[in-house]
Amino acid sequence: MSAPVAASPTGLADRDELDLGLPPSYLADGHGVGSWLLTTDHKRIAILYAVTITLFFFLGGAAATLVRLELFTPEADIVRADTYNKLFTLHGVVMVWFFLIPSIPNTLGNFLLPLMIGARDVAFPKLNLVSWYLNVGGGLLAVAALLAGGVDTGWTFYVPYSTVFSNGWVSLTVLGVFTTGFSSIATGVNFIATIHMLRAPGLSWFRLPLFVWAMYTTSLMFVLATPVLAVTLLLVFAERSFGLPIFDPARGGDPVLFQHLFWFYSHPAVYIMILPAMGVISELITCFARRRIFGYTFMVYALVAIAVIGFFTWGHHMFTSGMSSYAALVFSFLSFIVAVPSAIKVFNWTGTLYRGQVGFESPMLYALGFVGLFTLGGLTGLFLASIPVDVHVQDTYFVVAHFHYIMVGASVSAYFGGLHFWWPKITGRMYPETWARFAAILMFFGFNLTFFPQFIAGYLGMPRRYHVYPPEFQVWNVLSSSGAAVLAVAYLMPLGYLTWSLLFGERARNNPWDASGLEWRTSSPPPRDNFFGAPRVQGGPYSYHPEGVAPIHDQPRIPAQGSLT
Amino acid sequence: MSGAPGEAGAAAHLREPWSELETGPAAAFARQRDGATFGIWIFLASEVLFFAALFLIYTAYRIANPEAFAAAGRATNIVYGTLNTAILLTSSLTMAMAAQGAEKGLFRRLTLGCLAATAALGLAFLVVKGFEYREDIEKHLVPGAHFALRQAPAQIFFGFYWLVTVVHAIHLGIGIGLVTRLLVKGWRDPDVLTENPQVEVTALYWHLVDLVWVFLYPMLYLPGRAG
Repeated sequence: MSAPVAASPTGLADRDELDLGLPPSYLADGHGVGSWLLTTDHKRIAILYAVTITLFFFLGGAAATLVRLELFTPEADIVRADTYNKLFTLHGVVMVWFFLIPSIPNTLGNFLLPLMIGARDVAFPKLNLVSWYLNVGGGLLAVAALLAGGVDTGWTFYVPYSTVFSNGWVSLTVLGVFTTGFSSIATGVNFIATIHMLRAPGLSWFRLPLFVWAMYTTSLMFVLATPVLAVTLLLVFAERSFGLPIFDPARGGDPVLFQHLFWFYSHPAVYIMILPAMGVISELITCFARRRIFGYTFMVYALVAIAVIGFFTWGHHMFTSGMSSYAALVFSFLSFIVAVPSAIKVFNWTGTLYRGQVGFESPMLYALGFVGLFTLGGLTGLFLASIPVDVHVQDTYFVVAHFHYIMVGASVSAYFGGLHFWWPKITGRMYPETWARFAAILMFFGFNLTFFPQFIAGYLGMPRRYHVYPPEFQVWNVLSSSGAAVLAVAYLMPLGYLTWSLLFGERARNNPWDASGLEWRTSSPPPRDNFFGAPRVQGGPYSYHPEGVAPIHDQPRIPAQGSLT
Repeated sequence: MSGAPGEAGAAAHLREPWSELETGPAAAFARQRDGATFGIWIFLASEVLFFAALFLIYTAYRIANPEAFAAAGRATNIVYGTLNTAILLTSSLTMAMAAQGAEKGLFRRLTLGCLAATAALGLAFLVVKGFEYREDIEKHLVPGAHFALRQAPAQIFFGFYWLVTVVHAIHLGIGIGLVTRLLVKGWRDPDVLTENPQVEVTALYWHLVDLVWVFLYPMLYLPGRAG
């Protein structure tokens, strides 16, 4: 390789990497805008996604910042009611569809899935690129509408407000989300076909890393849930733009039917956000506890069970919408049931830590933060699955806090954890570990300071979606807004030091964490063809100690090879 | 599904990443064919959910408003609807023949002829649909202030009618484009269709669009007409 040798001796690349005649890394294999925008390399497409979702993340974050600023005092200070509605809609639409849904599957998933199964690329590389263009196209449409005219419906586009009364640019926004839905479907089709058809010899289904299982179950939900959202949004678009009355109550239409269809997608969408996160966490915890995953098959079945049951719990969003009380009971019961496989996962992660040689590198800090935040978010989900409590806290900040614990606390922590863990593989550089640990801890505290007070404010009765509130709630809102400032710093820090590491970071070894996954059995960053030769798999995942044997208690922990600048 | 592909088809159609598999080109190409077919089946599952949501909406409203839906169903033009059903079912026959011919690599003229007939029948469907739309507009069957029928929920029926037939027509238009693409490629190069997975993929998509119409025909044209 022609890359310059790093200054410090510990930063040297692996010995065999210095051999001449190795193919160039995927980053060096072609320069110029065209080599990126027309690439069919899954690794480069992952980078394209990473760039666009980062932009969307900070756009959605800016809207949230304004919302939290406004809520610092009970009175209206900086925005009017209408602007406030547009801000939280912008925040919701951008964060859900253009950051969270594609975050882990399309960046880490795209990059790692073929590497983890020993394939050269995904099954349909061109479709993969098309999927990115659909995502960006839809995102630009929606963002243009949200910024130019604004939409005040909230991210749920509830009818008849969105179809009959709202004056915002609903049609264009809906069209943008509709377009990006096809990006999800294309990704889902691609991943399912890849996992079925392109596994390396010897890689049977129950030898797959849990991250691959998570991608598989997520893809099933992409394929089966997204089309229902597409139809629902198409109907909103048709009713608004062409006057085709499907949900108009004046002509016999049923707005509750809209809610059923909307949540048939949007509840599984929560699992689209959390299942990939669970996959990431399983990789992280095993590696940094030097431990086989506790109960591998149970972890697999738990992922599948969450994906299946997740399709049948949507009605718990509608307990107060005038649904039949029998239907509400069934949905309540199923919502309790879906907590069982989720709890299995939490217990098994904990079981994996037991007698492990636990290290506290930054990805592990994110992972441990995930387990805590996910547990809290999951347990408050049980409050909401229970109908009497749900009726009490319906449309309060309790609900806001609950879903932020899952979607932001858990999913975003896992995304950052995975990003740090695989950063050496993706970029070939080490990031500054001390900064990363500081950011991980700050993110955990900032998050809890932002959202825990909202549980209390919500339980005391503070309603969501208002820009003014009674003064007795101010203490909770001041805490929350202060936490948001901490959280903003914690989110901006990785943007700084990860970018810095691209230029000045130490060169990464092939396997800086001594992880067991197949994705580490190639150079950092990998060549265009992923592996030098064709991989064969000879055993199960997570071979951190001999199978069927507890790890030796005083086994010295293999130190991480990351730099500690 | 794939039969036993020969070296010729494998050499012509084998692509990344399938070309990198640790097997001979023939076996790798068989995997690629299976992968293409598998992929389109997954996509069709997605399409089924797309149309299933529409059918669910229709069912819910029809159960709630039986009289209005019967009256609205009687207002549709059953002659055009039946003619179009016959056209589309025939197109599925020609599509299936083209797919079989291409897979076996036999009867090149017949294969091309069947592809041309499929595209032509698809176009004929759209033309008939165009005449039907013109008549619907003249009879004030577009929901709005000047709607012809008295019952309010009949507007929902016609809202559904317009949306679902336009969505179906868009699907059919994509299908015609895909079939025409195969036809042009097969015309230029005699070997290109032989064992090409794209033929089966196109055929499966075409049959789904046909199948959706098989559901739509009784839903849109038959209510209120029995007895």
